[in-house]
Amino acid sequence: MESKHVHQQIAAMRQSFFDEEVLDEFFSQLEQLEDQNNPNFVEEVFTMYFRDSTTLLETVEQAMKTISITLAKLDKILHQLKGSSASVGAKKVLNEINKTRQVLEKGNLEGTKAGIWEMRKEYESLKAKLEPYFQV
Amino acid sequence: MSGNGASSSSLNMISGEDVVNNNLTALVVDDSPLLRLLHDIHLKKYGLKVQVAENGKVAVDLFHLGASFDLVLMDKEMPVMNGVEATKELRAMGVTSLIVGVTSKDGPGEQQAFMEAGLDYCFEKPLTPEIISFLLEELNKHNNKD
Repeated sequence: MESKHVHQQIAAMRQSFFDEEVLDEFFSQLEQLEDQNNPNFVEEVFTMYFRDSTTLLETVEQAMKTISITLAKLDKILHQLKGSSASVGAKKVLNEINKTRQVLEKGNLEGTKAGIWEMRKEYESLKAKLEPYFQV
Repeated sequence: MSGNGASSSSLNMISGEDVVNNNLTALVVDDSPLLRLLHDIHLKKYGLKVQVAENGKVAVDLFHLGASFDLVLMDKEMPVMNGVEATKELRAMGVTSLIVGVTSKDGPGEQQAFMEAGLDYCFEKPLTPEIISFLLEELNKHNNKD
């Protein structure tokens, strides 16, 4: 009974990620790669993603505070974040990264700062949603 | 997607079970540990033997040491040696592996430069099961010709 309830809880959480467009079909593809040889593959991937992305986001935020920030350097970091976010299906995070890069391309630093703030918001929201999901 | 006349609508979608092949080898070249892991697991699921390299120079050095791979998945932006330089070097060495560029969405000019370095195909990250199936089909055709 309890096991059935937990399964239902997991299924409902998972469905909410797609309904809220927090994750896209690439998350489903990750799930399909999970098997008895790699039973915790999705969790492993997201642990890596969160570890690397936290560092990248902090680098970006720190870089925005320096006077001698170069747009090219900033874009390079955002490019990295983009690749990994797309690969795990982090849809909302990816959308904010793309918007921020477009603003950055126009040389709008204030707009870029606002974009990075939105990115950070979506990233923290994703983390907050997924961490309990993997713990269930 | 860019390739030798291939377009997303002309990809031959076949099931993974049709192309599981224990004889094919692949090299995943990417500076992101996450992308290396993803492509590694993805390709292993199709039965390929996979090695990884964290930048273009490591990949080129592997070939210099005598390694060979049927398929090379090459990221574009990497430190030490990027995908464009690595691809040029491999082709200059006479490497005939299927070299497939994997990029984040860049401008068409940038993908073109990568293709001109000697790629067989170039796809956006992340690779999907359909694209991997297509590449394995191409590999099988390529190997059957030899």
